[in-house]
Amino acid sequence: MGIASEALKNFKGFNLKNMPEVEPLSPGHRACQGCGEVLALRLAMKALGENVVMCSATGCMEIITSPFPQTAWKVPWIHVAFENAAAVASGVESAYKAMNRKGIINQPDVVFVGYGGDGATMDIGIQALSGALERGHNFVYMCFDNEAYMNTGIQRSSGTPFGAGTTTSPPGKKSIGQSTWKKNLPAIAVAHNIPYVATATPAYPVDLMNKVKKAAMVPGPAYLHIYSPCPTGWRCGIDESVQVARLAVQSKVFPLYEVIDGQYVLSRKVAKPKPITEYFKPQRRFRHLTEADVAKIQERIDAEYEDILKKCGGDGKGKEEKE
Amino acid sequence: MSKRIGVEVSIAAAEAVGLCDVDVIAAYPITPQTHIVEHLSEMVAEGHLDAEFIPVESEHSAMSCCIGSSAAGARTFTSTSSQGYALMSEICFIASSMRLPIVMAVANRALSAPISIWNDHADLMYSRDSGWIQTIGENGQEVVDLLIHAFKVAEDHRVMLPVTVNLDGFTLSHVIEPIMLPDKAEVAAYLPRYKAPLRLDPKNPVSFGPVGMPDVYTEARKAQDEALKAAKPVIIEAWKEFGDKFGRYYKPVETYKAEDAETIIITMGSISETAATAIDHLREQGKKVGLVRIRLWRPFPGTELVEAIKGAKNIAVLDRVCSFNGGEISGPVCLEVKSLLFDRGMNPKVMNFIAGLGGRDVTVQNFEEMVEKASNGAAPTPYEIINVRE
Repeated sequence: MGIASEALKNFKGFNLKNMPEVEPLSPGHRACQGCGEVLALRLAMKALGENVVMCSATGCMEIITSPFPQTAWKVPWIHVAFENAAAVASGVESAYKAMNRKGIINQPDVVFVGYGGDGATMDIGIQALSGALERGHNFVYMCFDNEAYMNTGIQRSSGTPFGAGTTTSPPGKKSIGQSTWKKNLPAIAVAHNIPYVATATPAYPVDLMNKVKKAAMVPGPAYLHIYSPCPTGWRCGIDESVQVARLAVQSKVFPLYEVIDGQYVLSRKVAKPKPITEYFKPQRRFRHLTEADVAKIQERIDAEYEDILKKCGGDGKGKEEKE
Repeated sequence: MSKRIGVEVSIAAAEAVGLCDVDVIAAYPITPQTHIVEHLSEMVAEGHLDAEFIPVESEHSAMSCCIGSSAAGARTFTSTSSQGYALMSEICFIASSMRLPIVMAVANRALSAPISIWNDHADLMYSRDSGWIQTIGENGQEVVDLLIHAFKVAEDHRVMLPVTVNLDGFTLSHVIEPIMLPDKAEVAAYLPRYKAPLRLDPKNPVSFGPVGMPDVYTEARKAQDEALKAAKPVIIEAWKEFGDKFGRYYKPVETYKAEDAETIIITMGSISETAATAIDHLREQGKKVGLVRIRLWRPFPGTELVEAIKGAKNIAVLDRVCSFNGGEISGPVCLEVKSLLFDRGMNPKVMNFIAGLGGRDVTVQNFEEMVEKASNGAAPTPYEIINVRE
């Protein structure tokens, strides 16, 4: 049995009846209306509880929660720079390890978490993240992926999907918009042979919280890739975040799975997938795409989903997605 | 009991850090810093030092780990040089602004390009405004003592700032010298366990590193400026206590035959020993020349430096960096000396020599020539690069 399986063998998850009332991230922060990212962060914090140290990258979730002298954080929180949340978390974890061993403190159960957006994680911070995963620090890293640099004004990142319009991948006579395919960061995390990797989205809150809890329970590094709709940048309605996130799963754009000790496990089986046009429809970042563009993207999404299914051992063992 | 041993300066520096019972070391290898961190990792591997050694993937992450570690309340050390220092510079500025008492040894090395692993002060000068306390050792014993002193000052609640101890790459870091390593218990008596005023602790949650809007940013900057200003008396006090405990006394500015000197040369670092030999030669010829060495670079010891040079008619300042300012003003150390004198209405002749770049040797003869030129008030202004092929 692997490290993660061993740690999770008696795992008791959350359900709608035992939701923790704790809110380590207070309301009153300055997120945009309808922000899917802060919703995901709030759910993650409910799952993590209060015996935690949060290490934040620069980005929306840093700016909106910490305008001095205010803070939305009821747990210890540190922000240093854009690209180094995983390295900062490595330092905090090592400090606790050394001080616990030397008898300076007696706090062996604190959970260490680094988090950032897609830019902070997949682009500028990938080196620090890779280093921290490779060194095996006992920490959780959460990437809140809203598929562009939203804090600076919707510029493209390596997490931006093919075809999406952003302020630095604008569609035009000579441009489809984003001209590259989304980087597969969960696969890169898996390639570090860490005990736990999972994908999640706030459209499936219990699933998200359980994955966060598992990530915290597993010794060693855990990586969570959390799909986080941004109505401001995706140009959808402020009441459509959760709906869009749900459509992403239902259209196979963002499959939900776990990788436990290297074994892929499907969390949600999409038996009757919706066409990606349904997912694209509420989002104006895709409205310039032609039928041919959409067909090309559909083909790629289908192939990537098949690849995940294969990794999960055939048709996947996940619960069937219901309407 | 303290004992004097013949040891490479880098190894002695690592031993000094070990004597300080450091909790976390995060470091990335770069020549000529390597022997310091190699020896520290060996001490951890052999169980001589109970610390976490984080073998990071870059200097940027080294300083980031140090910030996390120090903010969690651990005594934290790193070491770097040149390009590595440049790579971590973004985070160095944050470390001082977050008032974290990290200690770093910098084995000074030239900046690329062309790539050079050899010694000059380019890395020291470009990091000048990073908000760190910066000291510069002349010899191995001084490096050892400055490192122990660095933790004492950094962690003082009246200071709470990071400190670099600079040692010249190769010409100091890789030489074997007779060095007195203090006893661990003596160091512990001088340097009690670090207690962070605030730390990342779920029992007392605090937010570190918030957003500073225009209504608070200037105040935050002023507070940091005041902290560095207030650090100077603590630095001097800690040197006094060090001297009383260990018998070796230090001060911000060192003088050598400068009391009655008409011409003074100002230097920093290990090259000062060569300069002192030149001063001896010139004194033997009856020339009234002297040497002033800056040990404390930040906070800049203005009062002490003026006191040391106030009687001189001619002042030569040695800069070990080319600062690319367009050629109508002097190099960085000289500019500071001139600023100091100007503000006090003092008007000696001040000349600036640039030498010792990228490992180029500066000989006793070079120093004699510089001091002689300065004695005649004959050096061109604003600066002259010496010992260079046209």
